[in-house]
Amino acid sequence: MPTRSDGFPIISIENLGKRYTIRHATDRTPGSYRRLSEDVADAVRIPFRALASRLGGASVESARSGSRTTEEFWALRGVSFDVSEGEVLGIIGRNGAGKSTLLKILSRITEPSEGRVRVRGRVASLLEVGTGFHPELTGRENVYLNGAILGMTRAEINGKFAEIVSFAEVERFLDTPVKRYSSGMYVRLAFSVAAHLEPEMLVVDEVLAVGDAEFQKRCLGKMRNVARSEGRTVLFVSHNMQAIQSLCDRSVLLDQGRVVAEGPPRQVVDQYLARTSSHTGTRHWNEGEAPGDAAIRLKGIRVSSSRDGRPGIVASKDDCFVELEFIADTTNPGLCVGFDLANAEGTTVFRSYQTDSSPDRWPTLKRGDNRWRCTIPKGLLNAGTYSLNPRIGIHNVQWIVHLDDVLQFEVLLDHGDSPLWNALTESNRPGLIAPILAWEACADEGPRAAVARPR
Amino acid sequence: MAPRPRYELVLEPGRAERHYWLDLWRYRELFYILAWRDISVRYKQTVIGVTWALIQPLLTMLVMTVIFARVAGLRSEGSAPYAVMVLAAMLPWQFFSSSLSSSSQSLVSNAQLISKVYFPRLIIPVSAVIASFVDLLISFVVLLVMLIWYQSWPDRRIVVLPLLMLLAFLAAMGPGLLITALNVKYRDFRHVIPFIVQFGLYVSPVGYSSAVIRDRFGDRIFTLYCLNPMVGIIDSFRWAILGGDSPIHLPALALSIVIVLILLMLGMWYFRRTEKTFADAI
Repeated sequence: MPTRSDGFPIISIENLGKRYTIRHATDRTPGSYRRLSEDVADAVRIPFRALASRLGGASVESARSGSRTTEEFWALRGVSFDVSEGEVLGIIGRNGAGKSTLLKILSRITEPSEGRVRVRGRVASLLEVGTGFHPELTGRENVYLNGAILGMTRAEINGKFAEIVSFAEVERFLDTPVKRYSSGMYVRLAFSVAAHLEPEMLVVDEVLAVGDAEFQKRCLGKMRNVARSEGRTVLFVSHNMQAIQSLCDRSVLLDQGRVVAEGPPRQVVDQYLARTSSHTGTRHWNEGEAPGDAAIRLKGIRVSSSRDGRPGIVASKDDCFVELEFIADTTNPGLCVGFDLANAEGTTVFRSYQTDSSPDRWPTLKRGDNRWRCTIPKGLLNAGTYSLNPRIGIHNVQWIVHLDDVLQFEVLLDHGDSPLWNALTESNRPGLIAPILAWEACADEGPRAAVARPR
Repeated sequence: MAPRPRYELVLEPGRAERHYWLDLWRYRELFYILAWRDISVRYKQTVIGVTWALIQPLLTMLVMTVIFARVAGLRSEGSAPYAVMVLAAMLPWQFFSSSLSSSSQSLVSNAQLISKVYFPRLIIPVSAVIASFVDLLISFVVLLVMLIWYQSWPDRRIVVLPLLMLLAFLAAMGPGLLITALNVKYRDFRHVIPFIVQFGLYVSPVGYSSAVIRDRFGDRIFTLYCLNPMVGIIDSFRWAILGGDSPIHLPALALSIVIVLILLMLGMWYFRRTEKTFADAI
């Protein structure tokens, strides 16, 4: 287990478990609160029911109807690991894997059902941005309120007030009730207060999931600062795999309340993606279901990359290949075979056909089986989930195949060779694509100089 | 590296919190910040603001005086004007009833905080009572004006008043803690409080002197009546404020102190026992 050699565990977790009791309701709506009358009724009913079952027969059934059954559910079980001082630990896992429960135990919001945690130092937890913000209070008042709730003293807040406000960029609205803030301002102010905490350990849950891309980047930057330059221990839950890889020294993967992997972030993220990804990288249609018409029928579609990796996951430093396999019963030169590439928001990033280039470079269309490959060059796509939407048609005549969300794949952004552009500073670039373009200094006798010269 | 001696925390099921009181001290500013939040939110977007805190006891005093003195024809204690006698009781009663209602609702209305951040939970109901306490201090202004108006000066018994206020504070705290903790799990208690407050106004000597009860029903019933801890507290407030010939019933006060302490211990015990499950149950 790669921990920093000088570190002793600042948090040690031994065999931790958290049990919740789920009540299956037959006579009430789920999620409602307990009424005292129900407990009283149970107290009366249970001995009666025992008596009834002893008497046997049909009465048992009637006593049981309208009863509740309870079931135990372990949100977390048998979890053990250590965190060294100054370490940044990423916790990943699917929704419901127990991440939030773990953080809640570590931040003392709830008590474990079994096991033990030793924490050596003060923990500040940030499970939500803006906890305790009151809409009626002004920005200024909320800074003090929120700061105190997060455990800062008034003196500390006074000392950092200017910094907090300028980080949030809300100087002009300090005396406006936050209910009049835009959601962006609200989140910025809330994060800013939290970002200026100075605990020995910081526990952060999905804070980066809020706000726009710009804001998320600033949050990441701040977290990195806390971890790297100030050397504090950070426990960090995120679904942002790029952030996990760039921020963390080590990762823990939780699944169904248990630790299933632990180690360097890249390996753990790989395992996570392999477990959770439904992306297989290929889609095949059986005969009879294949989209198309008599002239052309799509058989399959596949995404791969120039390096053998996990199916359906492409690193942006590798070329990405899209293969379309189809049966043709035509050699119509107007046949266009291609696809739309759409991002997770459903925006089409681009469309491509085999006929886009000059005709001498088109792939040959044969009667029978065809397999064509399109290369999306490396260093172009931004990070994210993309979906392939095949498009086949006769130019200016008709669509033959026009399907959406046929195949999804994931792009990891790591294509920069630049020392400045790497996964550490940017998990994804603003913009639909993240191309690397050519830059050069213009020669003195360039076109601009020529135009500017007086005649 | 040798482990450094420092703040170490062990989280285990059912473990008594070693740092509980230390934490409470560390978060001491939160008491007043949460109370300040409650007060300042209450008067945001109001035109007359804090004046509301004055109007309420004033109007209640007027109504009580008219009903009990004029309509029912009850007499005041000693030589004090009826209105002043009512007001001297209104202050502790209103403090008690408003802190009881706000503290017993406090955990549920701060559910968001409880499920997202740690601090000693005790701070929430206590700061709700502190907020009501500030209203009590504001209401004292009304009393002061009334005393000047009637030129009825309190004598040196008034120095006991802070102790009596502390007693009223604890009297609200005990049931407040108990009910707010119960309310987390059983929302029935939200309906119990308005009832207690309404009912309590009549079974406490607010609109009338406790002497009326003793005179009409005799000593045995009066002792039973004094099981309501507010009886001893309100009587003592009157004794301290009205001066002169307002009587004090020391046994009633002693009984009320005992009951207040029992309720406080019960409230603390139940609160501490259930506080770790608040986040799960709320």
